[in-house]
Amino acid sequence: MSFDLAIIGAGPAGMAAAVEARALGLAVLVVDEQPAPGGQVFRAVEAAHGDAVLGTEYSAGLGLVESFRRSGATYRPGTTLWHLDPDSGEMSLTPGGPAVARRVLLATGAQERPVPIPGWTLPGVMGMGAAQIMLKTAGAVPSGRVVLAGQGPLLWLLAAQLQRAEAPPSLILETTPKGRLAAAFRAGGWFSGRGLLLKGLGLLRETRGLPVQRAVTGLRAEGEGRVQRVAWDGGSAECDTLLLHEGVVPATHIPLALGLDHAWDAAQQCWRPVVDALGASSHARVAVAGDGAGIGGWQAAVASGQLAALDAAHRLGRLTLDGLAQRAAPLRRMRAEALALRPFLDALYAPVAAPVADQVLVCRCEEVTAGQVRAAARLGAQGPNQAKTFLRSGMGACQGRMCGATVARIIAETRGVAPETVAPLRPRAPYKPLTVGQLAGL
Amino acid sequence: MYATRPEARPATVEVLVDGVAVLVPAGASAAAAVLLAGSAAIRETAVSGAPRLPYCMMGVCFDCLAEVDGAANVQACMVPVAPGMRIARQLGARDALMPEAGR
Repeated sequence: MSFDLAIIGAGPAGMAAAVEARALGLAVLVVDEQPAPGGQVFRAVEAAHGDAVLGTEYSAGLGLVESFRRSGATYRPGTTLWHLDPDSGEMSLTPGGPAVARRVLLATGAQERPVPIPGWTLPGVMGMGAAQIMLKTAGAVPSGRVVLAGQGPLLWLLAAQLQRAEAPPSLILETTPKGRLAAAFRAGGWFSGRGLLLKGLGLLRETRGLPVQRAVTGLRAEGEGRVQRVAWDGGSAECDTLLLHEGVVPATHIPLALGLDHAWDAAQQCWRPVVDALGASSHARVAVAGDGAGIGGWQAAVASGQLAALDAAHRLGRLTLDGLAQRAAPLRRMRAEALALRPFLDALYAPVAAPVADQVLVCRCEEVTAGQVRAAARLGAQGPNQAKTFLRSGMGACQGRMCGATVARIIAETRGVAPETVAPLRPRAPYKPLTVGQLAGL
Repeated sequence: MYATRPEARPATVEVLVDGVAVLVPAGASAAAAVLLAGSAAIRETAVSGAPRLPYCMMGVCFDCLAEVDGAANVQACMVPVAPGMRIARQLGARDALMPEAGR
């Protein structure tokens, strides 16, 4: 099957891009791993929009999903892109046959930043995003004593949602260091981003009755066979579920595998693909939009998806340069407005580079510890690509999605060099593990 | 441990988690079914045999690898439940295939 534009990911950026590109007459393919459109932010919104605990902003995603469903794009849900040849536009997809596209838009979103603390592999320790997915896809809440530990807007959103569902967390351990609020106000953005800021303050007000420990350090999960207790410097509490969160980072697995140029994002301590104002990457056929090109939230993702669709139409001769400029201007303003609060949020929730103790597993798949990574660095491993051959970190099923950034950070610290001088883990196709049967079925 | 909220999403789909019937809402993933079943683990790791439960629920961490309807190494968080689905814990590294031993 041949398309003008192939979009990988049916979250806000991918859906908005598909709608815009279809309106401009492009033949559009949308490939998404999930069974229904929405991405993670609007995950399962068609099924769950009536669940009041999720809030009105969540149900607002239904309109976007409905527009996408009506757009006329060829939609392949439950489908994984496992290889893309950017030079030819050929895509290997499973299940089902391959496809080819003149332009490819990666809208693969974000993942939660891994939080390597002692005991984070114990059953019962999960990401806060994971708990929210339980709520969205199954209406389910963690039972027993639930502790939220970490920082970021999602912490307060999830706390409010769990409270509305009559399953409030028994304790919140916020890791934001003291003095950050003043730094955030100095960073600016709070006035032009006051709409979003007010929403955040609303969540804080709604959850003010919940017990909170602030500026927590030294987090660890403890228990026999599953988490039973969370401890921190100066305290501990019994718990049945421990939910961790230190913000989200772009899902760079495919962009890095394609060898796209990436830049170090110092504010968010992560790599992001280098893109221009319309999302075009360093490869002539490939664009990146949404959180996958830098964390900005769903509204910025919608605008960047639309901009990337306009750019695709222009490049394919379906939109004049004047038409592009005219249509792009309001979208760029919308995106700038949606990103206005970023300086404030980036300063408030700047990632805390908590020291990772030697015994902590940083590679969950191959069970490689921070101490082993340090030893490899001292033996000459320059970065995660070398550590992979020393230790197998990054060679397991997740292909380095969960350990790559931590391994790179530990090596940078051990070598005494800046994090941006350590090359990120270079993933390889297949972008997700395949069975021999899937390969044989080609 | 997780609990459904029947007022929001009734549990209508019956699946088998390690052979035990569990009712879960439509739209839940196989990994969610394991969490709702209260299982102690969805897999034991290939390296040390340590128990794991799903961590990310969005296809990133691969800690929910399980046997779904007889297929091993399935990302259980990426598979929506279907009536009668069999979800089984995946135990450590698989034994080498030895036809002469009848395996």
